[in-house]
Parts: sequence; structure tokens; C-alpha cells
Amino acid sequence: MASRNCTASSSSGRQAVLKRLLALRVAVLCALWCIASVAQALVLRDDRQLEVTLSKPPQRIVSLLPSLTETVCALGQCQKLVGVDRYSNWPDSIAKLPRMGGGIDPNIESVVALKPDLVLMATSARGAERLQALGLTVLALEPRSHADVQRVMHLVAQALDVPVHESDRVWRHIDAAVNAAAQSIPPHAKGVRVYFEVSRAPYGASESSFIGETLQRLGVRNILPASMGPFPKVNPEFVVRAQPDLIMVGDSNFADMVTRPGWQNMAAMRAQHVCTFKPQESDVLVRAGPRMAEAARLMAQCITDKAASPVRSKP
Amino acid sequence: MTRSRTCAPVGLAFGLLLLCLLGVALGSAVGSTGFESWLNAGQDDVAWQIVWDIRLPRSVGACAAGALLGLAGAVAQGLFRNPLADPYLLGSASGASLGVAMALALLGGHPFATEFLIRLGLTGAAFTGAVLAVLLTLVLARGVQHTLRLLLAGVIVGVVLGALASLITLMRPDVMQGMQGFLLGSTSFIGWTSCLLMLCVLLLCLALAFAFSRVLDALTLGESTAISLGLPLAPVRVALVCVLALATGTAVAQTGLVAFVGLAAPHLVRSVVQSKHNWGVVLSALMGGTLLLAADLLARIAITPQEMPVGVLTAVLGGGYLLWLMYRSQAAGAQS
Repeated sequence: MASRNCTASSSSGRQAVLKRLLALRVAVLCALWCIASVAQALVLRDDRQLEVTLSKPPQRIVSLLPSLTETVCALGQCQKLVGVDRYSNWPDSIAKLPRMGGGIDPNIESVVALKPDLVLMATSARGAERLQALGLTVLALEPRSHADVQRVMHLVAQALDVPVHESDRVWRHIDAAVNAAAQSIPPHAKGVRVYFEVSRAPYGASESSFIGETLQRLGVRNILPASMGPFPKVNPEFVVRAQPDLIMVGDSNFADMVTRPGWQNMAAMRAQHVCTFKPQESDVLVRAGPRMAEAARLMAQCITDKAASPVRSKP
Repeated sequence: MTRSRTCAPVGLAFGLLLLCLLGVALGSAVGSTGFESWLNAGQDDVAWQIVWDIRLPRSVGACAAGALLGLAGAVAQGLFRNPLADPYLLGSASGASLGVAMALALLGGHPFATEFLIRLGLTGAAFTGAVLAVLLTLVLARGVQHTLRLLLAGVIVGVVLGALASLITLMRPDVMQGMQGFLLGSTSFIGWTSCLLMLCVLLLCLALAFAFSRVLDALTLGESTAISLGLPLAPVRVALVCVLALATGTAVAQTGLVAFVGLAAPHLVRSVVQSKHNWGVVLSALMGGTLLLAADLLARIAITPQEMPVGVLTAVLGGGYLLWLMYRSQAAGAQS
């Protein structure tokens, strides 16, 4: 060591300067590497307008909203799910995952016990604050429209470190399928006036809901204008007055529909221009997620079958 | 006789306190992940977190919220000289629901409103709603002098604010789920901060109620008698209404509308011991805490790994026990 020092000092000062420069370079590189590793932490803004930081791509995900579960799986990340809410039922591969309660009653203890590094839930769900206080990373998202579905898919892809072109591809696929569904409808069925009932209160889906958006893209009209809000509580009289050509409803609600005063005399009811959807189909229709394409196909099928000859209200 | 009179309340208080402690201890061991978390708490970080950060605050919180409701129930029944009075009498329940409904409906709407509401939180909205509702009742009743006017104003405020909350829920079906959860009441979102807050409020309210218990005693003899005894009725009434509003608002904000604890706790106490209001409020608080804690424990065990809404259980447990007591005392009365 001493000899080396000796040679260093004996040679010109340039070498020492070079050495110092090298050390400096190493230090700068180190600093850059440190900065880069910190910058790797991903910061996302969720639908609560909160900034969520992900230091590394999550490997254990709990999803507490069916449409978010479906989004994760559509992005090919199903294997990273470790727990879901009790209403998530698609795809079949999640059937065996433990259930964490529902949106209004998430079981905090079960979620924590799974040690997830990311919890996906709706903004309207309860318990987000509590889960965050317990040190979990919560991304709260609420897809309400087609644009939202695309945005949420993009955001989830970012969070799960799925390449952006992959999420774009999934979205383009959905988009193309909705267009194909629209093209499958015969021209004379276009422009029929549809009433879509979401639940038996009755609540309907208006033009401004994502269901309404799909109907619009399929080229049919909605009797509930956007001004009523996305899912308005409808006066049964309003529907009778509007005389829809076609009614879409879940089959559990249909029985009740016939008994509503004045409804059995509606042209659509008399001509049996009513599509009833099975519970699994209803799940597809009312979730703003990647199965929107399938929902569009179901609706297109219904329109093609039932509204081949549009019923017009009597003059 | 005098010895049993002073001993019985003390004995009951100790018994209830013991039950509460036992319940909290049991509460740390019971949950949807079973006993393993408790057994592994020493080695496993997550198991420790489950026991220390979830189960314990939840059990202590259930106890504190129940105690607040029991105390509020005892104060309400004493203040209004009405055995059917409950903590939600002055419109605080409907006010809290309206607060939560408005918060849920505005959340995700305007960005400014969203930011404000996230700061305030649903608990803040519920508490503000509950306290404002009681203030509205006081304004409508033009003070606290007339018991009947106060009661009527409370009922009116309760009905009107409840209707407004239903209206918001109806107009915005997306908030319906959240509202349903609040109306059923739940103890599963209580953390240590909420616990600490509730315990502080509980101590404050207990101290105030204990201090003013002589007025409640005097009130049982009628308002004119109380005044003739030279007690400062008006200011004490205001203070007791404040205690009522504060205790109820705090409990409701943290746990939602838990049914029946406030009504049942004072009755259960009276069925076991006859005491003055000073012991009455303390015992009612302890009884309420025990009742809600027991319901919370059952809610966790009944349908594991899922949970039952705790409000359903308090109604069934408290109602059932009260009914049994009523029939037992009737039968005893018939025999004698």
C-alpha cells in the first residue's frame, strides 16, 4: 500500500486528479442510481383525488369491486389476486379465492390477514380510511362511463406494471367488439326506443349512464334523457307515457313488471318486446368493466330478436 | 337495607366492569381469522397487527360507543321523565344520517367539495349533522324550558331530516349502499384514534352527568318541586342536553345508528338495582358498553368468516332480554 502511494506521489499529479475524478463519477452514478430507484416509486392519482404511491409493482392484490376484479383479470394479472369481495364472480378462476365481505361491510381483519400490497375498491365503499390507517395501499376507483372504464383500465395497468400498449390493446378489443355488436343490428331495428330497467324501485338507465352509452353506440334511442341523471328513479307512469318499443330488464324484476297498473297494455308488453336477462347476464350488463363488449352483444342480440319490427305507439 | 342499597350498585358496577374487561380480552381472540392470529401474535407481524390494531380497538371502541349511548339514554330518560326516551330523541340520528347522505352524494362530485369532504370524513359529517340537528331542535323549541315542546320539536326535526336523507338516497341510488351500512351500524371501522376520542368524550360526559345527577333526581319529583328545591333547573338542563348531543353524536359518528342500546341499558340497570341517578348514569354507561360489546362479539362469531351487522344483534339481544325481564316481573307481580 505504501509503495503504491509512493508511486502515485512520485508520478505526476494528473493521476491523482484522474483518481479523484473517478471517485466523483462513482459518487454521481451512485446518486443517480439512488434517485432512479426512488423515482421508480409510482405515484397515481385515484378517484378520491388522493395520491397513491406504489414503491414496487404489487404482487398480492385484494379487489373489493367486481368490475375491478374483472379489470385485473382482463389485463392478464388474475394470478396476483389473493382475495375478492363476495359479489365478484368472473372469471371462473377466482371462484376459490377467499371472500372479504361486500362493499358496505368489508371484513377489515380478513383483508389485513392476507397481507396484500394493493387493495382495489370503489370510492363509495367503506373502510378505505381504516385500511389505509392499518398501513395498506388503497387505490379507490369508480368506473361510471365508457371513458371511465378506459381510464380505470389504464390506471390499473400502470399500477400493476402492465405495459401501456397491453392495456390499450385490451381496450381496443372491447371497443371493436362494441362496434361489431352495433353493426350486427339490422338497419330497420335502428332507432327503436328502449327502456332499460336496472332495479325494481324502479330505477332506469338513462342516456348518461354507461348502459345508456352502449345503447347509444348500438344506434337505439333511450326513453330516459341524460338530464335525468345516470340512474334515475322513474315514475312508472313516465314509462307508460313514453311507450318504449323495447324493454330490457333482469328476469327477477319482470314478474313484478306485469302487475304494475297500466303496464300490461303498453304496446311493448303486449307484443312481448321485452328482453329478460338471467342473473349472470344481468351481472355482465350492470358492471362498468371489461365485459362491456359482452354486454353490448347481449343487448344487440335482444334488439335484433325482439325489435325486428319496431312497434310504434298508437296515433 | 341501607347497606344493600349502597352495595348493590357497587357490586353491579364491578360486575359489569369485569364483564367489559373479559369481553375486550375475548374480543382480542375472536375474529374472522380465528384464534391463530392470537396465538401467532408474538411471531407474526400481521397477526400482531390484527390483534393490536384491529380487534382490540374494535372491542374497546364497541364498549366506549355502547357506554356513550347508555349514558345518553339514562340522561334522556331522566331529563324527559319518560321511560321511552332514547338518545336519538332530539333528532341527532336523522341529522347524522342527513350529514352522511349529503357527504356521500357530494363525494366525487365537485372537486372542491370532494377535497373538503375527504378532510372532514364521513365521521365528521355524521357528528356535524347530529349536533346541528339538536341545535335546530333547541331553536325550534325556543330553549329547554318546556319538556313537551322540546320533545315535539325533536320528533319533528327527526322526521323532517330523516325524510331529507331518504330523498337524497332516492335521488342518488349510488349512495344507497353506503347509507344502508351507516343505518345498520358497524363497529368494524374503529381504530385507536376513534377509541381515544370516544373515551375522552365519555369521561367528560360521565363527569358532567354525575355532577348534575341531583337535578335528575329532583326532576323525578316533578319540575315545580325541583324548582322549589332551589336547583338551577334551566342552566343544568342546557348542560344535560349538551351532554346528550355530544355523547350521541360521538357514538353515532363512529359506529353508525346502533339500535336499542340507549333505550335498553337504563331499563336493564333499573331492573337489577334501584339507585339514584348518580349511580344510574354510571351503571347505564357500563351496561350499554357491555351490551354493545357482547353484540359485537356475537356479530363476529355468528357467521364466520363473514360478519353480521351489529345493529341487528343489539336489537335482538337487548329487545329479547328486556321482554324477558318484563314478563318475569309481571309473573312475579301476579304471584305476590
